[in-house]
Amino acid sequence: MKESIPLTWRRIPERYRMKGNRCLTCSTAYFPPRTICPKCRRKGKLEFLNFKGTGKIYSFTEIHSPASGFEEQVPYVFAIVELDEGARITGQVVDAHKPEVKIGDRVEAVFRKIQSDDPEGLIHYGFKFRLVK
Amino acid sequence: MTKFGEHWEKGFRDLVIDAGIKAIGDAGLQGNEISAGYVGNMASGSLIGQEHVAALIADHMGLNPIPVTRVEAACASGGVALRQGYMAVASGMHDFVVVGGVEKMNDLDTNEVSQILGGAGDQEWELFMGATFPGLYALMAKRHMHEYGTTEEMLAAVAVKNHEHGSRNPYAQFQNKITIDMVLKSKVVADPLKMFDCSPITDGAAAVVLAPVEIAKKYQEQPIEIVASAQASDTIALHSREKLSEIKATQIAAKRAYEMAKIGPKDVDVAEVHDCFTIAEIMAIEDLGLFRKGEGGKATLEGRTGLGGEVAINTSGGLKAAGHPVGATGVKQAVELTWQLRGKAEGRQVADAEIGLAQNVGGSGATSVVHIFKRV
Repeated sequence: MKESIPLTWRRIPERYRMKGNRCLTCSTAYFPPRTICPKCRRKGKLEFLNFKGTGKIYSFTEIHSPASGFEEQVPYVFAIVELDEGARITGQVVDAHKPEVKIGDRVEAVFRKIQSDDPEGLIHYGFKFRLVK
Repeated sequence: MTKFGEHWEKGFRDLVIDAGIKAIGDAGLQGNEISAGYVGNMASGSLIGQEHVAALIADHMGLNPIPVTRVEAACASGGVALRQGYMAVASGMHDFVVVGGVEKMNDLDTNEVSQILGGAGDQEWELFMGATFPGLYALMAKRHMHEYGTTEEMLAAVAVKNHEHGSRNPYAQFQNKITIDMVLKSKVVADPLKMFDCSPITDGAAAVVLAPVEIAKKYQEQPIEIVASAQASDTIALHSREKLSEIKATQIAAKRAYEMAKIGPKDVDVAEVHDCFTIAEIMAIEDLGLFRKGEGGKATLEGRTGLGGEVAINTSGGLKAAGHPVGATGVKQAVELTWQLRGKAEGRQVADAEIGLAQNVGGSGATSVVHIFKRV
């Protein structure tokens, strides 16, 4: 799904630097960051937290019918990663195919091109993951 | 309801009006008794470029000037619209309410439709990253297999059973029977889900008329009572859920619904559940308490969820075989259960069905709505 330039621009801190937050009341880490802590609500107090980008694979699939903009990467491994700080996030696993990936495998975030609008248009960057050997 | 399928000769308004007229006729009404309407529709703006469809429907159904309201909850739009109608009658605000659901999906090509349906997930953190809906359900399937030993054969058994049921339903999009081998050999969409694990793109509409039971009895010989309506929400993104091997919103909605109906899962004779992908039916029958957690796949493979089994699941063919016009699905479930409880589900009737349950899910489980129906 194509994104607008302002939307992509607004998400730069999270997508380029994995800037999330943590609730000081209940210690839950949120990535992407939340505006309120859903557990503590009014009693919550959120502070920024830079995620290291390391974690392990919680679940994964290999996508053969791609999302729009991902046609050239088929098939691609796609996973939910449990980050070491506690939050889970969705992302592509690069440089790997299905037989090499297992639930529980260690991964680290890498900065990659996610999508591009057209040859003259905006390039949308963000994080993907790769297996830590 | 209309037949579900590819309606190249019919547009959005033709479908919804066809379903609405049939429902009002079935209720024994003229139409002027109706004082409000609700319509479930997910994505008409993207699919056909038409918003404000509630007003369009009121106009073309000849219902002006009564209020008609569109309800959107992704693939649960129909079930949530039914709940709005139920609450409008239960509150005493309206005596006769028509509830419809409609989606016209085949006017665009498959890729465009898939992108639009993706909007049921988290656009900024799932879809942007390359997620597809089959991909999200594949992540759930993988986790269910990891935790409970569910197999690809068990997933396939859901599709085989629902096609068998669909072959008995003249309203179903697919009326052909398939085999486990055909499912396993079909093209991989998002491992472990293959083409035959996925529900299709469908045009269709369904409608029901709601009224207080005592009033309904004067118009219809066999009114069906809604004895429970419950809805729950969870995180929009799949990755934020506590577990991927369950849909917690379904568990919560089901618990509330059973309490409201004063029944338990064992009392359910027939259920229509949200099998947008085969894994979704396995999770649904577990989360609804019809089978123990982790045993849904095995129960399906053993034939315990088919016609003649312990509890008949998706006698319509489900989303898999009957088709999935997203906004219409939740209302279609109510139509199928009405037929079952009236003893009018020809060719697929569950013997002496008294209590029916419908479960309709939005997105990857961010919305779940459960209704329980009973013969009066």
